[in-house]
Amino acid sequence: MQKIKLGYYPGCSLEGSSREYNESVQAIAEKLGIELVSIPDWNCCGATAAHNLNKELSLSLPARNLALAEEAGLKELVVPCAACYSRFTTTQHELMHDETMHQKVNGIIGKEYKGNLRILNVIQFIEEFIIDKLDDNIKFEFNKKVACYYGCLLVRPNKILNFDRTEDPQTMDVVMKKLGADSIDWAYKTECCGAGFSVSFTEAVGRLSGKIVEDADHRGAEALIVACPMCHSNLDMRRPEIDKYNGKKLNIPVLYITQAIGLALGIDRNILGLQRHFVTVKLNDFKPFAKKIEVENLQITEEI
Amino acid sequence: MARIGVFICHCGENISATVDCPKVSEVAAKFPGVVYSIDYKYMCSDPGQSMVVNAIKEHKLTGVVVSACSPRMHEPTFRRACAEAGLNPYLCEMANIREHCSWVHEKGDKTDQKAIDVVRMMVEKVKRNNALMSIKVPVTKTALVIGGGVAGIQAALDIANAGHKVIMVERDPSIGGHMSQLSETFPTLDCSQCILTPRMVEVAQNPNIKLYTYAEVESVEGFVGNFTVKIRKKAKSVDETVCNGCGLCTTKCPNKKIPNEFELGMGKRPAIYVPFPQAVPNIPVIDKINCTYYKTGKCKICEKVCQAKAIRFDQEDEIIEVAVGAIAICTGFDVKKTDFFPEYGYGKYKDIIDGLQFERMASASGPTSGEMRRPSDGQTPKKIVFVACAGSRDPAKGIEYCSKICCMYTAKHAMLYKHKVHDGTAYVFYMDIRAAGKNYDEFTRRGIEEDGAKYIRGRVSKIYERDGKLIVVGADTLMNAETVEIEADMVVLATAGVANPGAEELAQKLHVSYDQHKFFSEAHPKLKPVETNTAGIYLAGACQAPKDIPESVAAASGVAGKISCLFANNELTREPLIAFVDRTAPPEYSSCTGCFLCQPVCPYNAIEREDVKDRNGNLIKQLAYINPGLCQGCGTCVAVCKSKSIDIDGYTNSQMYYEVDALLNS
Amino acid sequence: MSESHNHLVDNSLSGKIKKETGVSVARCYQCGKCSAGCPVSVDMDYPPSLLIRKLQTGLPEHEEQVLRSKSIWFCLSCEMCIARCPMEVDIPPMMDYLRHESIRLKKVNPASKNIISFHKAFLDSIEQTGKLYEMGLIVDYKTRSFNLMQDVMLAPSMFAKGKLSILPEVIKNRRNMKQIFKNTLKNKQK
Repeated sequence: MQKIKLGYYPGCSLEGSSREYNESVQAIAEKLGIELVSIPDWNCCGATAAHNLNKELSLSLPARNLALAEEAGLKELVVPCAACYSRFTTTQHELMHDETMHQKVNGIIGKEYKGNLRILNVIQFIEEFIIDKLDDNIKFEFNKKVACYYGCLLVRPNKILNFDRTEDPQTMDVVMKKLGADSIDWAYKTECCGAGFSVSFTEAVGRLSGKIVEDADHRGAEALIVACPMCHSNLDMRRPEIDKYNGKKLNIPVLYITQAIGLALGIDRNILGLQRHFVTVKLNDFKPFAKKIEVENLQITEEI
Repeated sequence: MARIGVFICHCGENISATVDCPKVSEVAAKFPGVVYSIDYKYMCSDPGQSMVVNAIKEHKLTGVVVSACSPRMHEPTFRRACAEAGLNPYLCEMANIREHCSWVHEKGDKTDQKAIDVVRMMVEKVKRNNALMSIKVPVTKTALVIGGGVAGIQAALDIANAGHKVIMVERDPSIGGHMSQLSETFPTLDCSQCILTPRMVEVAQNPNIKLYTYAEVESVEGFVGNFTVKIRKKAKSVDETVCNGCGLCTTKCPNKKIPNEFELGMGKRPAIYVPFPQAVPNIPVIDKINCTYYKTGKCKICEKVCQAKAIRFDQEDEIIEVAVGAIAICTGFDVKKTDFFPEYGYGKYKDIIDGLQFERMASASGPTSGEMRRPSDGQTPKKIVFVACAGSRDPAKGIEYCSKICCMYTAKHAMLYKHKVHDGTAYVFYMDIRAAGKNYDEFTRRGIEEDGAKYIRGRVSKIYERDGKLIVVGADTLMNAETVEIEADMVVLATAGVANPGAEELAQKLHVSYDQHKFFSEAHPKLKPVETNTAGIYLAGACQAPKDIPESVAAASGVAGKISCLFANNELTREPLIAFVDRTAPPEYSSCTGCFLCQPVCPYNAIEREDVKDRNGNLIKQLAYINPGLCQGCGTCVAVCKSKSIDIDGYTNSQMYYEVDALLNS
Repeated sequence: MSESHNHLVDNSLSGKIKKETGVSVARCYQCGKCSAGCPVSVDMDYPPSLLIRKLQTGLPEHEEQVLRSKSIWFCLSCEMCIARCPMEVDIPPMMDYLRHESIRLKKVNPASKNIISFHKAFLDSIEQTGKLYEMGLIVDYKTRSFNLMQDVMLAPSMFAKGKLSILPEVIKNRRNMKQIFKNTLKNKQK
């Protein structure tokens, strides 16, 4: 099997509070023969803080990374963090559609970004490089009822991201079905969890994430599946605030989609970082994988 | 020597606010050949026209240029004025400085210069105009009405009662259109069927009306007074002349599980069916796609039970050709389905229905016999939410225009619901209540005040299902944009009224224009609301834009009036702006070489072969001849003629060259 | 027809928004769909549609209310409003612009100080190290916001689960980072 090399931008969260996301992405990539090459000397994308306070800064921080990736000869860039991905694609869009700003940003960062990178979020990465390899590598069927939670930054703004059906996205559901899961139809797929307000406005996060967790639990989901470190932190780490809002204790665990894939591939739970979660991941009794699962509509995302 | 008069119109402020009219007049006065030039506030008014008439007489004008609006607007007006003054009307030209200048440019020297150039071009053109005589053509006094909804029915009956023949073509197996699907009608709440079905029967019984149902217009050729129309009669698989409409076949058909189009999928029908009990004609058709016999070659139960022996499995589509003098387009509208709305569940929730489905539910003849029962489980909804503007006034996901009828029918729906479910609650999310019309506002007030419909001003942001309820999340913009959440049992989306599928194709067949939403365009929004740009083709009803019943009927009677006016003449006058082949002295007779390349390109089959013979009857030459009765003056033949033997009166090559020349040398 | 109105001069806040971000608040017909879908509209002093309404009137007191509002800081940039707006009024970039103006004109609402403290602490961390130093961020934010007791119980367990590093990750080209901040954020504020 020829080794696939892809550019990789883990981002700050994946090296800190969400390191299990990084661990699980790396683990499934390694298992399936994909090498992820980090951008040399990458910096923070600026996240919400930068665009809230200064437009040029919010474009320059991602642009430096994009330019570095281009310099390193990378063609595709996998960005698992939905927030980083959103900042990257927004920056790419703004720079490619506003030449004045493009020149300005080039000047600020002291580098030139030409705009030749294909930026992939984790779902696109899975669709393009992982999904075809699943049939031959799945060891266990993920035979659980799951609620796929997309949040905001994977699906919006649709004009820039072109991702799936904005209000009822299906790509994660398709992947989970492929693993043997029963993905449910629910109401909070694309509602915001409170995002970057985790620390500065915890009360709102408790309410917003509370509604999400409650609806998933109410509809009988055994796990929430996410693809964003902020969503994960809020839904997992903020469980005391969530439980306070709901007035009851909810034990539904929150898994990164890469962790779910990892479990199906038979990777050790600790390698996937499941022990790092605040809400204990009890899921077990996975059925051994018997036969290929046919799922329609595998390719829903469009090229950006 | 040419003596041209130039008349610059201000069009109130339409032109003069942008173009310096006195200056244009002053400059035009100095053009070679111009002997008189003047500007005036309203040239089309009586004093304005008198100025033209008097100037022609006083200054012995040989040509007139009226520099004003589009010739589509007032060319006939000024040509009449010229004729009145004794000048051949075709020696009058319009220089369009409104649509082509003042409306599309900013005030300034460049705009003035453009206006001057436009006038200069027309002065050069009019110098080379020929005096022309209009052409007379006969009129076929039969009208074609396309579409058998309430507009088509009204138009057909009015024309027929004026003593003219009518051919009606309806795509569906029965006439009646959307109105036959409605329960009650606003603002009187009278039963739709009760007022419509007698008129449907009248159509069938009127000796002047020939009705073709399950038929479509295949092609249209010709021109006003003289259209040739091919109609495709789709195979019904039933001999209409033999069938007595007993309906036994429809009760015996084993395949009864087909979603009923008339009930918008809320009921089922057999493969051989009459769309609804009051259908006209009451003759069933076989749905070939779903019929067991057509699918498997076995069954034929309908044939066995038919005592009239009317079933014809081998029947094929038939194309018939008819000659008509006028055409009325009454093809109606369609409603946008609920599945295009992402935030309302992409159509996945059974208990979210559209307005037309609600009509069927509320109709005594509908799938629930008029009882309020939600589709998912047949329960009576105790809380119902109506969402107005579901797709209308929504450039992002729906259509940008206002569908006009929804405010009224939503008010009606809320009332009908309350009349049927006394202990239920009806909420209406709306943005504006657009109830302009006789007794319309009073009607919506009645819904709110007497029937207690709860109106909430705001759009619904999201609808989702939870525990068998539909959670409707909206805002009340009259209460600080506070979020309002309603646990509803059923939701009715007042989805947008859109053009019928196939409207675009029909427009192309008829050579009439349509707008970006595929609605047919009227010739003038105010003064020619029922005419199209093609003479002899008219439109009525919701094929033009969303319209309610009174408006559709009024327009249909307007069309009938227009067609009756047309048919009041035995002959029609046509513009003589047609192509001709030049004639010269013998021995050439014409510069035409007889290559006849022009013949196949003519869209109107107007070009014939003419034999030039000597005294003894020997053929000397064959020349192209253009039949003035058929030529529409499109100019295609002029473009392909290698020997430059064809020209168009009123638009000769020479006139065009001089126009361009005038522009280049300005 | 819009082109012919280019000569109109608009010095109102909405005029500036249009010029700087291309967002036209005049397009809004006050349907309230954004407010209904906004996850934090209950926390806001003016839900999104009401904020736009205040910009539409253009009255000085309304514009003042907008720039001093909590709403502009409570906006999560979740983009739900634009995803559902029938008139495609792009609120998130408008919110960004209003935040920048609110800071520039020193009209920041006191109730949003936590949010801004967090943003500033966040960016400081990046300026120093090029990457987010979560431990440092929490300490810095606590000092700025005086919420010293907040999440006191969370940090140790995060630490135990390996989610919190004690030492920052530092990028090599820190000069480049300083330069970016000097040319953007610091440039504007001074």
